[in-house]
Amino acid sequence: MYTKFKLFSPQKMIHSLFLINCSGDIFLEKHWKSVVSQSVCDYFFEAQEKAADVENVPPVISTPHHYLISIYRDKLFFVSVIQTEVPPLFVIEFLHRVADTFQDYFGSSNVGDTLPTGQLSNIPWRRAGVKYTNNEAYFDVVEEIDAIIDKSGSTVFAEIQGVIDACIKLSGMPDLSLSFMNPRLLDDVSFHPCIRFKRWESERVLSFIPPDGNFRLISYRVSSQNLVAIPVYVKHSISFKENSSCGRFDITIGPKQNMGKTIEGITVTVHMPKVVLNMNLTPTQGSYTFDPVTKVLTWDVGKITPQKLPSLKGLVNLQSGAPKPEENPSLNIQFKIQQLAISGLKVNRLDMYGEKYKPFKGVKYVTKAGKFQVRT
Amino acid sequence: MSSNSFAYNEQSGGGEATELGQEATSTISPSGAFGLFSSDLKKNEDLKQMLESNKDSAKLDAMKRIVGMIAKGKNASELFPAVVKNVASKNIEIKKLVYVYLVRYAEEQQDLALLSISTFQRALKDPNQLIRASALRVLSSIRVPIIVPIMMLAIKEASADLSPYVRKNAAHAIQKLYSLDPEQKEMLIEVIEKLLKDKSTLVAGSVVMAFEEVCPDRIDLIHKNYRKLCNLLVDVEEWGQVVIIHMLTRYARTQFVSPWKEDDGLEDNEKNFYESDDEQKEKTDQRKKPYTMDPDHRLLIRNTKPLLQSRNAAVVMAVAQLYWHISPKSEVGIISKSLVRLLRSNREVQYIVLQNIATMSIQRKGMFEPYLKSFYVRSTDPTMIKTLKLEILTNLANEANISTLLREFQTYVKSQDKQFAAATIQTIGRCATNISEVTDTCLNGLVCLLSNRDEIVVAESVVVIKKLLQMQPAQHGEIIKHMAKLLDSITVPVARASILWLIGENCERVPKIAPDVLRKMAKSFTSEDDLVKLQILNLGTKLYLTNSRQTKLLTQYILNLGKYDQNYDIRDRTRFIRQLIVPNEKSGALSKYAKKIFLAQKPAPLLESPFKDRDHFQLGTLSHTLNTKAKGYLELSNWPEVAPDPSVRNVEVIELAKEWTPAGKTKKENPAKKFYSESEEEDDSSDSSSDSESESESANGEQDEEGGSSDDSSEDSSSEHRSDSESASEVGDKRTAKRNSKSKGKSDSEDGEKENEKSKTSDSSSADSGSEEESSPGSESESESESESRKVAKEKEKKKTKQDRNPLTKDVSLLDLDDFNPVSTPVAFPTPALSPSLIADLEGLNLSTSSSVISVNTPVFVPVKTHVLLHRMSGRGLAAHYFFPRQPCIFGDKMVSVQITLNNTTDRKIENIHIGGKKLPVGMQMHVFNPIESLEPEGSITVSMGIDFCDSTQTASFQLCTKDDCFNVNIQPPVGELLLPVAMSEKDFKKEQGMLTGMNEMSTVIIAAPQNFTPSVILQKVVNVANVGVVPSGQDNIHRFAAKTVHSGSLMLVTVELKEGSTAQLIINTERTVIGSVLLRELKPVLSQG
Repeated sequence: MYTKFKLFSPQKMIHSLFLINCSGDIFLEKHWKSVVSQSVCDYFFEAQEKAADVENVPPVISTPHHYLISIYRDKLFFVSVIQTEVPPLFVIEFLHRVADTFQDYFGSSNVGDTLPTGQLSNIPWRRAGVKYTNNEAYFDVVEEIDAIIDKSGSTVFAEIQGVIDACIKLSGMPDLSLSFMNPRLLDDVSFHPCIRFKRWESERVLSFIPPDGNFRLISYRVSSQNLVAIPVYVKHSISFKENSSCGRFDITIGPKQNMGKTIEGITVTVHMPKVVLNMNLTPTQGSYTFDPVTKVLTWDVGKITPQKLPSLKGLVNLQSGAPKPEENPSLNIQFKIQQLAISGLKVNRLDMYGEKYKPFKGVKYVTKAGKFQVRT
Repeated sequence: MSSNSFAYNEQSGGGEATELGQEATSTISPSGAFGLFSSDLKKNEDLKQMLESNKDSAKLDAMKRIVGMIAKGKNASELFPAVVKNVASKNIEIKKLVYVYLVRYAEEQQDLALLSISTFQRALKDPNQLIRASALRVLSSIRVPIIVPIMMLAIKEASADLSPYVRKNAAHAIQKLYSLDPEQKEMLIEVIEKLLKDKSTLVAGSVVMAFEEVCPDRIDLIHKNYRKLCNLLVDVEEWGQVVIIHMLTRYARTQFVSPWKEDDGLEDNEKNFYESDDEQKEKTDQRKKPYTMDPDHRLLIRNTKPLLQSRNAAVVMAVAQLYWHISPKSEVGIISKSLVRLLRSNREVQYIVLQNIATMSIQRKGMFEPYLKSFYVRSTDPTMIKTLKLEILTNLANEANISTLLREFQTYVKSQDKQFAAATIQTIGRCATNISEVTDTCLNGLVCLLSNRDEIVVAESVVVIKKLLQMQPAQHGEIIKHMAKLLDSITVPVARASILWLIGENCERVPKIAPDVLRKMAKSFTSEDDLVKLQILNLGTKLYLTNSRQTKLLTQYILNLGKYDQNYDIRDRTRFIRQLIVPNEKSGALSKYAKKIFLAQKPAPLLESPFKDRDHFQLGTLSHTLNTKAKGYLELSNWPEVAPDPSVRNVEVIELAKEWTPAGKTKKENPAKKFYSESEEEDDSSDSSSDSESESESANGEQDEEGGSSDDSSEDSSSEHRSDSESASEVGDKRTAKRNSKSKGKSDSEDGEKENEKSKTSDSSSADSGSEEESSPGSESESESESESRKVAKEKEKKKTKQDRNPLTKDVSLLDLDDFNPVSTPVAFPTPALSPSLIADLEGLNLSTSSSVISVNTPVFVPVKTHVLLHRMSGRGLAAHYFFPRQPCIFGDKMVSVQITLNNTTDRKIENIHIGGKKLPVGMQMHVFNPIESLEPEGSITVSMGIDFCDSTQTASFQLCTKDDCFNVNIQPPVGELLLPVAMSEKDFKKEQGMLTGMNEMSTVIIAAPQNFTPSVILQKVVNVANVGVVPSGQDNIHRFAAKTVHSGSLMLVTVELKEGSTAQLIINTERTVIGSVLLRELKPVLSQG
C-alpha cells in the first residue's frame, strides 16, 4: 500500500477526501491542506438526492467555494474537495487508485498491525532484493467480448477487449521479453509503465523488468474491423398481452462459433419492466431468481451441452390495469470459455535475461463475455 | 541508497505511510473506542494515561485510537499536550502517528506545536533521506505562520539535497508554504527556478506542479528547461506527466506559431480563434509564407505520443488535449483511438472523456466517425453516460450513416429510461434539421411517436415537431390536424402549449380546426397551466386578427378570463393584447400593425449541441467539464503571430557545453571580437598585398561550407566578422579553425590564443600561399605555410592538452588524489595508467576469458567524480569517498576496481578501519582492503578494493568499521563503470555488431543542438558516462565505441550515428540487454542535453 502511494503527488491538488457509505454516513475523512468542514458534503447529498440512482450522481459538482469530484465504488462514495482548476480525470484516476489500494489492503484478510513499508528503488515499480525459492511467471490472457445483438440475432456491434494479467514471482532483477505469434492483432494497447515502449514500437515485443507479484501488464483492443466470433446465440420470445395481467417469457441459449470449446459459467440477467410483479418460470437447467423489488431476473445456467439446450420459460405476472410495457427488456449475458483467446492471440515465447535461474513459466487463456447485450 | 532505506524499514515503515496511515488504522481500530459521547470522555482520560505510560505498546495503542478519531472527524484536540510530548519518541511507529496528529491540530494549538519544531529541524539533517523527507513534509504541513522562516530555510536546504526524493518533497513543500504565506512568493520562485533545472525524473513533476501553483505566468523560467522536460517526460511518474503536459501545452501556445495555418479547409475552426477581420487578413498573408515547424514544437509533439499508451486515463487525456491544442490538424487523428479505449473504463472516466469527445466531435466529425459504434448506448449505461453518447452520435451523424443511426435511435426511443427516450427524440429532431435528406423521415417517425403510450415521449415529440414544422410549415397541414386532436388527451403543459402555438401560427392553413380548438380551450382556460394560458391568449389573438368573424366573441371571453387571472403575467399579457387588437379611441398607431406584430415570420430555432460553446476552454480541464471558468483556470493563449525568439531555449545547451569543454562558448564572443580588432590592426600594419577580391570570395565560399557543417550560429556570426575584414590572416584563421573543429577535444575557447599564433602564421607566410591553400585545400602538399600552420596546430594541441589538464588537476588536488593525475589525461593522448608490466599481466588474464578481438585497452578518460560513501556527519568524523579509477582490477578479473579515500575529520586518531559484515546480492563478490591500523587527525588515505558486481547495477552493501563503530555503507556502480574499454578495429566492430542484432540491439533517437554533435563533444560525453574505448571510424558521421562487461566479458558496442538535422541514432549492441538498456537510458539524456 505504501509503495503504491509513495510517488503519488495528486494529494497536492486534492484538498480533502471524504468516504461516505451508502446510507450517507461520512465515516472517514482526510485533509491534506487545511480542514474543510464535513458540511461541504451536503452539496453532494443534494446532488445524490436529485439523481435517480447512485450511478447517476454527477462525478463533478460545483459548489460556491469548492468543487467536489467523486467516484462510486463498492457501495462507497469517495468524495474529494478541490479548490482550484485541476484536470478532473487526474482526480478521478487517483481516487480509483485509492479505492484499488483499499481493496488490495482490506480485501486480503491479513491486515497487520504494522503499517506497510516501502523503499526507494532505482526501478520505482519493483522493490530491490526480491527472493523466491520457486521462481514462477504466469500470464493470463483474458479476452472479453463486448457486443450488442439486435432482436433478429444479427450483431450490431462487437469488439474484443483483452488484458494480460501477470503474476510474477521471480528473484532479483529479471528482465523479461514476451513475444506473440500474431502481435499485429493488437490494435490499441495500453501499457504498464514497466514496458519499454520503443521495443514494442520497433519489434512488437513486450520487454520489461516486472513489478513483483500481480499486476496488469497490458490491456488491448482487437480492432473492430476484424469479424468477432460470437460464441452463443439466444432464441427469445417475450410478449405481454394487451389488457391482461400476464405475459409469456421464453428464452433458449445455444452455442455458436465456440471453436469446439465448452461454454460455461453462463448467467443471464434481465431488468424486467416496472409493471412486472412476479415471474413463474421453469428452467430446464440451472436455477433462476426474480427480485420483485429491483425487477431483476437472474438465471444461472451453468454450461451448455449441445444435446439439450438450456431454456427458461413460463408466465409473467403484470400489475393489473397498467399499460403493457412497450419494449422488451434486454438480456445481459455472461459466459466463460477456458483455454481460448477468441481473437486468436497466441503468446510465442517468454525469455528472461539478467538472472541465471530457470523460471517456471505458464500462460493461460480465457474468453469471457464483457458487456454482452441481446436486445429483444 | 537502498541499504539506508532497508535499515529504516526494518525499524519501522517509511515515513510517507503516515499520510495514509490514518485511514488504515482507523478501520482496524476496535470500534468500541468510538462509543457514546460520555464514554468518549472517559476514554480520553484513559488515552492520556496511556500516552504518559512508559510502555511503547500502550502509547502506540493510544495513538492508533487517537488517529482513528481524527479520521472519523471527531475532535481530539484536547489531547494535544499529551500527544506532542511523544514527538521525539524513539519508536518510529509512534512517531509517525504523532506526525499525523500534529499536522491535523498544529494550526489550532500553535504555541504547543512550536515545542515540536526542533525535533523536525534535527530530523532535517538526518543521514537517512526518508527521514529528512518526512520531516520536511510534516514541517511544511504544520500551518503555523510563525514558523514560515524556518520552513523557508528548510525548503531551500532540501532543494539542494543530494537525494532526489528529498528534493521532490521540497517541491511539494513549496506549494504548502505558498498557501500558508503568499508573501514568500519571490523567494519560492527562486527555489522553483533552481529545482526546474533538476535533472531527476522524480523531481520534474513535483516542481512543475509547484510552478503551476505559485508562478504559472513566469513562462520565462521554462525556456531553458523546455527540452529537458520534453525528453524526461516519458520517464516521469504518471501524475507528474499530466501536470507537465498541461503546462507545456500552454507554453507551446505562447512560443510557437500556429501549425494550423497551412492546413486548408479548416477555416471554420480558425474563426474560433481569430475573430477580427484584420487578423484574418494577416493569417492569409502568413499562409503564403511556407510554414516550418519549430523543432522544439515537433519535439514536444513527438515525445508525448508514446504516452497515449499509458494505463492512466489522466495521462491519455492530457496528451489528447495537447494534440488537440497544439499539433497540426492532420496529426490530431491519432488520439481518437486512445480516447475510445478509455470508454471501457469506469463511469466517471467515461463521463469526462465523453464530454471531451463531444466537444471535439462538433469541430471534427471525421476524427471519431470510424468509432461510431463505440458510442452505441447499452441499456445498462447510467443516464448521464447515455445522454453524452447520444450527443456524440448526433454530432457524428451525416448523410452516409444517418439511416443506421436512425435505426439505432428507434431502439433508444423505446427505452424504459424515459428521460433518455426524451433525449433521443431531441436528437432525432437535431438530425432532421442538420441533414435535409432525412427531415421527412424523421418527421414521420416523430409523428408515429405521437401515438406512443408514454406521455413524456409524446410531449417531447410534440415539442420537437413544432420546431421542425417551423422550418418548413407549408406542407404539413395533416400533421397539425393530428396534433390538434392530441389536445384532448395530452396533459403535459409544454406539449399543449406547443400545439396551441403551432395552430395559432398556422391558423390560416387549418381554418376549420383553429376556431374549434379555441372554443375548447376557452372552456378549460381556468384549469390550464400558466404556460398553456399564455398560448391560448396567443391563439385567440391570431385568430381574432385573421378570422374575427368566427372568433371575436370567443377571444373577448378569453381576454376577460385573463383579466382576472391570479397570475400577474397573464393579467399583464391580457391587458397588452387587448390594447393592441381591440379597436377603441385610445388605441394608438400600433394597433394598425397588430397583424404584422403577431403574425410576423418567426425564425426557426436552431437545434444546437449544448457542447457548441465549450471549445474555448482547454480540453480536459475542470472548467471544460463544468462549462464555467473554475478558480485558477489559466486561459490558453492564442498562437502568437510571430514566434518569440526560439533561441531562448538554447541557453541550457550552451551552459552545459561549458561544463564539458573547459572554456565555454560564452567566452567565444570575446575572441571573435578580438579577431576583428586585431585583424584591423593588421590591416593597418600589413595591408595592401593581402586583400584581393578573389580571396575574400573564396573565403566566403569556405565559410558557407563551414556554416553548413558546424551549424553553430555564434560561430557563424564570428565568421561574418572575419569576412568583413577580408584579410589573408583571417583566411588562415579559418583554416585552423576548421581543423580545430575536426581535431578531437578542441574547444573554441582557445581562439584567442590561436589568434595570436595565427597572426604569427600570417606574418611568416605570404598572403598568396594562404589564398592558394584556400582554393585547393589538400592538393598543395608541401607549401611552407601549410607545414608551418601544421606545426602551429600541433603546438596548439599541446597547449590544449595542458589546458585540459589544468582544471582537472585543480579538481583532483582538492580531493588530495594526486595519484590519479596521470590517469586523467585528455582524450587525444591516452597514457597507460598502470605500469606496463601490470597491463601485460592483465591482458594475459583477459585473453584467457575473451575472444581474440577483445583486448582491453586503457581507459580513454577517467572522470574525477567521486561519490560519497560515508558522510563525516554520519561517520562520526570518518568520511569516505569512492571513485572508479577505470582500471582493470588487480584483485580479480571479474571485479571492478574502486578506490576509497578515507579522511579523518576528528581531532583524534581513528584506529583499525576495516570492512565488517557484507550484505551482497547473490553472486556478488568483494575484495576488501587491508585494515588500516590508524588514521591521524586530518589525515587521509586512499585504498583500493575490488567488487564483482556480476554485471548488474545492484548495490554492494557492507559495513565500514572502526575500532569503536560500524557504519552501514553501500556502493552502487553507475552502469558505465561496469565496463572495460576494448581496442578494436572498425572491421572487427562491424563484424561483432553483425552478430549482435535483433534482441541484442537497442537503439534510440537523440535530438540535440548541433553543437552537441561535434565529434569531440560526443566523444567526451560518451566516455564520461561509460568506460568505453574509441574505435577508429572511417566515416565522419559515425562514432563507435567498444567495451566489454567486467564480469562476463560480453561485448558492449556503442554507435552514435549522426543523421540529418539535429538528430542522431544511438545504437547499443550487446548480449547483456539489461545493462545495455540501462546504458542506453543513461547515454541518451547526456547526449541530447549536453
